[in-house]
Amino acid sequence: MKTIWEKLYKWIDERVDLADLVEFMGKKYVPIHRHSIWYYFGGVTLFLFLIQVVSGILLLMYYKGSEDLAFESIQFIMSKVQFGWLIRSIHSWAANLFILAAVIHMFSVYFTKAYRKPREITWLTGMFMLFLGMGFGFSGYLLPWNELAFFATKVGTDIAGAVPIVGKPIMVLLRGGEDVTGATLSRMFGFHVAIFPGIFAVLLGIHLVLVQRQGMSEPIGHSESGGDLKTMPFFPNFLLRDLLLWLIVLNVLAILAVLFPWELGVKADPFASAPAGIKPEWYFLFMFQSLKYIPAEVLYIEGEILGILLFGLAFALWTMVPFWDRKSNFGQENKVVTYVGLFVVAFVIALTILGWTA
Amino acid sequence: MTESTAEKVQEERRDLLKWLLGGSLVAWIASVAYPILAYLQPPKQNEVAVQSIKAGKLSEIELDSGRIVKFGTKPVILIRTNTNELKAFTATCTHLDCTVQYSKEKGIIWCACHNGQYDLTGRNIGGPPPKPLEEFRVLIQEDEVLISKNT
Repeated sequence: MKTIWEKLYKWIDERVDLADLVEFMGKKYVPIHRHSIWYYFGGVTLFLFLIQVVSGILLLMYYKGSEDLAFESIQFIMSKVQFGWLIRSIHSWAANLFILAAVIHMFSVYFTKAYRKPREITWLTGMFMLFLGMGFGFSGYLLPWNELAFFATKVGTDIAGAVPIVGKPIMVLLRGGEDVTGATLSRMFGFHVAIFPGIFAVLLGIHLVLVQRQGMSEPIGHSESGGDLKTMPFFPNFLLRDLLLWLIVLNVLAILAVLFPWELGVKADPFASAPAGIKPEWYFLFMFQSLKYIPAEVLYIEGEILGILLFGLAFALWTMVPFWDRKSNFGQENKVVTYVGLFVVAFVIALTILGWTA
Repeated sequence: MTESTAEKVQEERRDLLKWLLGGSLVAWIASVAYPILAYLQPPKQNEVAVQSIKAGKLSEIELDSGRIVKFGTKPVILIRTNTNELKAFTATCTHLDCTVQYSKEKGIIWCACHNGQYDLTGRNIGGPPPKPLEEFRVLIQEDEVLISKNT
């Protein structure tokens, strides 16, 4: 007598040929070496994204995206709704952990040069998802309509506005007008819950299909040096390890959300001074701090424009690394790329600490 | 008509078709994109151009203090200096749009976002601001403080 599961499997298999997929899954192996630990961070990032989707949808049930109601609706969620404090705190904490995991994942791919041929598209979709993740952070930051978020959004959108030629229309597009108002809140809400998730889903789909299809990248020189490659089947060995780590991440998240509930702050007042000690989210701190050091004018160029152009150029070069790092494509070690990466990590960490303690 | 010229005519016809189809595709994209882009441009709202405002009673403003007042839709900072002068400037930092405040300790106008500094004539004297703050005229009628545009 067949179980109901076997019957169900057979029913689907007859129609969509599951056997091929199962066979493909069975053939996927994960290489084991001293850098294998980094393979887990993509999965952790994915898990945190899924948590954001679920907790975000739950918040949508009570959140009101308007200047007069946004702050109060989150107050309501946190004080009246059962477990509202937990859901909101989880959404805020997971957002930060998501960025952290994505950044670790990105740097590990960079330093192991896993972006090299044939994985350029995986790298590009990953970088765009990281930028989109920052966009999620920036747009979501305004939604509680508190003082910090209000000024952070003013500064962030004004930075976009300082870009030569295209800046001004982009700023108006982002703000829904000349100033940061309720119209900006509506737009950020739209970006945060509709536009960004839509684009993200497409990129994530491509990213995951490519990872499955191409398999895991191995560090350069790994396959040449030692004859026999140690591997682990992806299904079920690696996947089970992934799931165990996800469980640990979920626990860490729950501990953080319960013991350090996310603050709501003071409601935004467009006619109040920016409060002392105002800071952006930690992942924007290094750029924020750099802008403080650039003088008002450098060689007749306005300091902030210079800063924006330099950061824009740096991000563009970083994103395009698979195309200028020729050496790695041929399986040769490229020390320059490593040194550039180390410099970037040192720069980002140093300025983040400076910004944090300032 | 030889075979090759027939082929040529065929090819020209195909080119023409390609142009027509390509052109209509571009036109179709434009006709979809234009309304969307136009829709995203927020319509200009009629704002009453404010020329002057009442900023409160002089007797209620402490010596050596600053406050933000509404000037239409824009914030303006009103400062009563420790030498009992009244000054008003646009409160929007010329750097990145934050709202400035009066710093008692340093006796300057200060922006908390990126440490921009202006003296009490609105001149940018430190930090990243590229331009001075626009000054407003302050008038006192009886006990009422009036702020108006400096034109």
